[in-house]
Amino acid sequence: MKLQANEPEGPLAEKWQKHQANIKLVNPSNKRKYEIIVVGSGLAGSGAAATFGEMGYNVKCFTYHDSPRRAHSIAAQGGINAAKNYQNDGDSIQRLYHDTIKGGDFRAREANVYRLAEVSVKIIDHCAALGVPFAREYGGLLANRSFGGAQVSRTFYARGQTGQQLLLGAYSALSRQIGLGTVEMHPHEEMLDLVLVDGHAKGIITRNKETGKITSHAADAVVLATGGYGNVYNLSTYARNSNATAIWRAHRKGALFANPCFTQIHPTCIPVSGDYQSKLTLMSESLRNDGRIWVPKKVGDKRAPQDIPEDERDYYLERKYPSFGNLAPRDISSRAAKQVCDEGRGVGPTGLGVYLDFSDAIKRLGEDTIRERYGNLFDIYHEITGESAYQSPMRIFPAVHYTMGGLWVDYNLMSNIPGLFVLGEANFSDHGANRLGASALMQGLADGFFVIPYTIGNYLAECRDKRATVGHSAFKDAEENVNSITKKLLNTRGRHPVSHFHRELGKIMWDHCGMARTKEGLEEGITKIQKLRKEFWQDVNVPGDNEEYNQALEKAGRVADYMELGELMCRDALERDESCGCHFREEHQTEDAEALRNDEDFAYVAAWEFKGVDDTPVMHKEELKYKETKMATRNYK
Amino acid sequence: MNVTLKVWRQKNADEAGYFETLEARNLNPDMSFLEMLDVVNNELEADNKMPVAFDHDCREGICGTCSLTINGQPHGPGEGVASCQVYMRSFKDGDTITIEPFRAKPFPVIRDLVVDRTAFDKIIQSGGFVTVRTGSAPDANAIPIPKETADLAMDAAACIGCGACVAACKNASAMLFVAAKASQLNMLPQGKAEKDTRVLKMVATMDEAGFGNCTNQYECSAACPKLISEDFIGQMNRDYLFASLRQKFLRRKKNA
Ligand SMILES: Cc1cc2nc3c(=O)[nH]c(=O)nc-3n(C[C@H](O)[C@H](O)[C@H](O)COP(=O)(O)OP(=O)(O)OC[C@H]3O[C@@H](n4cnc5c(N)ncnc54)[C@H](O)[C@@H]3O)c2cc1C
Ligand code: SF4
Ligand code: FES
Repeated sequence: MKLQANEPEGPLAEKWQKHQANIKLVNPSNKRKYEIIVVGSGLAGSGAAATFGEMGYNVKCFTYHDSPRRAHSIAAQGGINAAKNYQNDGDSIQRLYHDTIKGGDFRAREANVYRLAEVSVKIIDHCAALGVPFAREYGGLLANRSFGGAQVSRTFYARGQTGQQLLLGAYSALSRQIGLGTVEMHPHEEMLDLVLVDGHAKGIITRNKETGKITSHAADAVVLATGGYGNVYNLSTYARNSNATAIWRAHRKGALFANPCFTQIHPTCIPVSGDYQSKLTLMSESLRNDGRIWVPKKVGDKRAPQDIPEDERDYYLERKYPSFGNLAPRDISSRAAKQVCDEGRGVGPTGLGVYLDFSDAIKRLGEDTIRERYGNLFDIYHEITGESAYQSPMRIFPAVHYTMGGLWVDYNLMSNIPGLFVLGEANFSDHGANRLGASALMQGLADGFFVIPYTIGNYLAECRDKRATVGHSAFKDAEENVNSITKKLLNTRGRHPVSHFHRELGKIMWDHCGMARTKEGLEEGITKIQKLRKEFWQDVNVPGDNEEYNQALEKAGRVADYMELGELMCRDALERDESCGCHFREEHQTEDAEALRNDEDFAYVAAWEFKGVDDTPVMHKEELKYKETKMATRNYK
Repeated sequence: MNVTLKVWRQKNADEAGYFETLEARNLNPDMSFLEMLDVVNNELEADNKMPVAFDHDCREGICGTCSLTINGQPHGPGEGVASCQVYMRSFKDGDTITIEPFRAKPFPVIRDLVVDRTAFDKIIQSGGFVTVRTGSAPDANAIPIPKETADLAMDAAACIGCGACVAACKNASAMLFVAAKASQLNMLPQGKAEKDTRVLKMVATMDEAGFGNCTNQYECSAACPKLISEDFIGQMNRDYLFASLRQKFLRRKKNA
């Protein structure tokens, strides 16, 4: 299989405009005749479905949530990047592009990233017009803050609820189209399989959560905007129901899975407190604008933070990375936290924590200013831990937060299956081996509002004669496949609930495919997952039936998919015998323990082809060529 | 700690519901209320019984999915929190805790503690938006907005669409939810053009969906996890009044 990225020719800065000019247009009266399925109603899905509707296509949008407004995008706190240069601090499209590609440690596709930076400016315009109440300065203009991996202030925000406000903006645009009848919304409907007709994506199979009814839906193209798969690790900052099923089942149907091992571990989360724990809560990276991260210099220093004098504290990020300091990128900050904890200098009851201290900022700016900036985050912290961060430093620790990997897509966001498009966190396209803060919201909205509405035209214009109906046997086969998985899950009647297996898998993934990885560790991880997967199918207990509201059954299907995806992640991490971005192979590090990239051998996207559950997948490479950017060693010192 | 739960069980909208008594043992006070339910459900599943169905997702108070009435209070004890932000430290060892769904006629029960809140989506679809086509917006700084206005709009926009306001109201009124969205958009320059139609349509859809009238008791604000102020209801009533008058006037002018 040869992977065609289908990047347009020409200089980087002109590619997108040229491409837009060359894309085939679908004539307005014909648009009505096309049906598009959008799975997902997060930023990417809502944006796409709303815009398709405005353009005149017939759209069906699916979400397993009870309302499109509940997609996980709602939880994003900190902000969204855009190269507006409203602060007049030297920002530009070129600079945002460069920060993003460098932040991703040169493992993303040049042309896609440039386009992302280019359309970022339109996103802010559109969202402000939709009534998103962005933070403003006293003069009435938009305010900005700084985020990790950048030396300019280009992050737009709405208090600590940026994702909520952006999603509600996109949801309002989607709602308008639903009201107008151009989008048919299907809430509580979970996609369980992709249907291919003659090699093209022509529909999906869904299960209604309330009745268990399995339904076939046909369309001219299928767009997946189903979010990330970090819940493989069980504990993460994701919503509990976020899952990989849509993209995994598409992968099983032939869609290539790119860079599955690239998982972002966010440095600032509330540490784990007990084994009943169901999720980890993120403390936005924006806190690092004013908070200082430190641990005691002495190993095993158990004094209260207030009792540790200034000269016995190690502000390790400021020490190691003087020019970025507390705003060093996420992968670097997380690893640095792991290092100090491994040295025995971690804080809190478990020793797995570091301090994020606001006392200097409170002295400098006053408590009111800090409350204005981060009040709701301090409240969340207080609620969960019962401690006040105005009085003593927060304790934080890294947690799984985002997946850069995802289904492989070309420049048009089309997967290797014609007619299957993938947007937002579900694809692999823009963040390479590490995503910079405030760039996922940007990507979701860029893909949904500003890229796919154009790029889908090329495919639709060409596939006019390839229509399919649910009468086709491929739909029946796919329904049967779904039913057989359900039956197997319900009929096993083993000894353990699904959550037991999820917890075990999460532990394996965190230990073997987490912040630091080794050849031996990954090999062991793979063996353990294979064993656990066998146990799962012999010993899982799923109560109830299919024909009812059955949360245990939903969970079981998702965990069954993680059992396969987890193994692929380990395999990918094993194959990538270098360190880059979030992917830290202990075998490859510099003298001062920084990731050591190997561009000679690994400057490629690893796109995996499914061959069967117990068969070894095949890797296809898309070589990454940097024509206009120099692949430098990342240096945040 | 140990607590006794009296939990509402109901197989689906058509079957009658009942309270079931369940014991929750060996709890840690630092657990969240939902984590306590996870533990109870694990035990039920191990016994081959159906776990208690309850809605949840983000578990950090922002998605608006969780919707428990705990001891008669929508979202339980504590001010300004959603069900997922309630911790076991709010209860005492040996307590008996009643857990019910959000009760309101426009929110039929789907199963146990899960209710159908699509009526809220219908209200938004009727007018909770600004009409602007993708790609047609002016530069975001072309329209300055006074900071106070933006901040107030944000206060209203903080609504998570959970429905606690409806469940807390004896009339099952959705006024706080509707007022929060309508006020946010009506207050911003971007939303001014559709100010009248927005409020008229949203209120009409709310009435059609079977939500009751507001009798100014403001149980809604007290139960709201985002403490949305009842002042927005006043603002919407004003917007509604002007909009109706203006419409009558326009209609008369047209007929004249
Ligand atoms: C706590 C937290 C804070 C964050 N903060 C920031 C931030 O400040 N800035 C930033 O840029 N990024 C942030 N991120 C990342 C960012 O929020 C996400 O990457 C982004 O919102 C993903 O958007 P999406 O549209 O791709 O997917 P999602 O918003 O996850 O939406 C997925 C949609 O797909 C649907 N779906 C999935 N599977 C199926 C299926 N099988 N059938 C039917 N429907 C399905 C879901 O119902 C949902 O509607 C944060 C993430 C987290 C977890
Ligand atoms: S107004 Fe408050 S209680 Fe009502 S839906 Fe919004 S957040 Fe929930
Ligand atoms: S689970 Fe999201 S608000 Fe409670």
